[in-house]
Amino acid sequence: MGIRIGAGAAFSNDRIRASVDLVEQGRLDYLVLECLAERTLAMDHVERLRDPGRGYNSGLRKRLLAVLRQATEKGTRIVTNMGSANPMGAAREAAQVARELRLSIRIAVVEGDDVRALMEPDTMLADLGITLAQFGKPMVSANAYIGLDALLPALQTGADIVIAGRVADSSLFLAPAAFEFGWAADDWEKIAAGVLAGHLLECTTQVTGGYFADPGYKDVPGLDNVGYPIGEIERDGRTRIEKLPGTGGCITELTIKEQMLYEVHDPRRYLTPDIAADFSEVDIEVTAPDVVTVSGAIGNPRPEQLKVTVGFDGGLIAEGELSYAGLGARARAELARRILVDRIVGRFGFAGDMRVDIIGVNALHATAMYKTAETEDVRIRAALRSADRQDAELLLEEVECLAISGPAGAGGFRGRTTPSIVTHSAFVDRHAVKTSVQVLET
Amino acid sequence: MKTVQLREIAAARSGDKGNISNISVWPYERRHYEALKKSLTAERVKSAFPRLIRGEVERYELDKLGGFNFVLHDALEGGVSSSLNLDAHGKSFSFLLLSMDVEIEE
Repeated sequence: MGIRIGAGAAFSNDRIRASVDLVEQGRLDYLVLECLAERTLAMDHVERLRDPGRGYNSGLRKRLLAVLRQATEKGTRIVTNMGSANPMGAAREAAQVARELRLSIRIAVVEGDDVRALMEPDTMLADLGITLAQFGKPMVSANAYIGLDALLPALQTGADIVIAGRVADSSLFLAPAAFEFGWAADDWEKIAAGVLAGHLLECTTQVTGGYFADPGYKDVPGLDNVGYPIGEIERDGRTRIEKLPGTGGCITELTIKEQMLYEVHDPRRYLTPDIAADFSEVDIEVTAPDVVTVSGAIGNPRPEQLKVTVGFDGGLIAEGELSYAGLGARARAELARRILVDRIVGRFGFAGDMRVDIIGVNALHATAMYKTAETEDVRIRAALRSADRQDAELLLEEVECLAISGPAGAGGFRGRTTPSIVTHSAFVDRHAVKTSVQVLET
Repeated sequence: MKTVQLREIAAARSGDKGNISNISVWPYERRHYEALKKSLTAERVKSAFPRLIRGEVERYELDKLGGFNFVLHDALEGGVSSSLNLDAHGKSFSFLLLSMDVEIEE
């Protein structure tokens, strides 16, 4: 018998109802809730600075309230990175939820990914090729991607919930398999198999027909009720990817292939804390409709260094939007753009990062090409980044005021200012990163 | 030889890591994999979007699976946390690639 792992969340706002269905109907051994992105983590560090009791996933209570009772009754263990910048804080909240539900459970907390203390002025920012000191901005976070080594002891405590911070996403799936089957951390073939399974599952519906449909080219049935994936991992590492009966979406050779290379660079050397995996020889076998078995990932020894995401205060991002429709809409939007730049850059003298796009003509691909689109329904979008709140407020004010002091017929202003974090990457020796596990009981 | 838009013969998916975008390309038919080896080169992708892709383009070939992975360096205006682009992840970049013209056998 393989172990069944359901993927219930691919990011912090993923649909909660989906994991309820998975737990109730999926015959799961494990439910993985992957809720952490580079930016989310850095933002949570900022939150923790403001309030030391917070800094973990803000949706944790709601998510656990939705599934914890059913998971406990069915013996489904939950593994999650909702700890974010404060795993112990998350565990306390999880314990509180369990008490409210009158459940006696054990929660294991994985800590040690916070490596701010290991960052030195001469630490290189690998993606920039300069040191922390040369970069010069205030650091707000530094988290190493930890993996199997850190999660395994937590699973060994028998915990019903394992809560971690920055563990590699695929490790959340690999660790239960390695634990159940007793795979050695240097059994590279098995580890590669578990990482392949995790990599395919970690983005939930991106393997079951989400992020895929292109009408007329790649049609997907029932996307409104798309099924979240379940991986059944066998002792030898072969993994069957399926979804709940009656759900929409599709699992095909192509959904598997597309997801297998998602966010991958060299497919022969996919690096996680646990492995250097080679996906180039993977066998993909469609064994039934919407059931695909994968095998054949090749494993090479894991890297000696762990990747670290370093977050810096990025000031504020201000974004303002306004629409033009009907005759001459595009010309009016282009005039609005010129006026905005003249006012903010020309007259006010703002010299930082700013851009103005015309949604409906060319926004997302504006840097790539400038194409003429036949459209009479466009939206101007201006964005800038600044450490100075005045600049941010100026942008919102100038976009909003275009409605009365810009081209004719503008409507639908929306604007917002959000604090921003800039992230870069560094590396640390894996032996320098000390992880630990603590247990809470309710 | 004839020229077709890539979208007619292949699927693509884009992802991001830091300031690097990757786009995997999967021809629906095996014969088109061989054709794309010749016509969808890394140089061609880079020269198609010179303002977007500021760094190098690498192409990884997967003979067994019949697909390619294009890795676009310095292509995300600093990356998701720095870019002011509405699509800071470059999720829509797959459709840029799919709009390219490529040559296939008649």
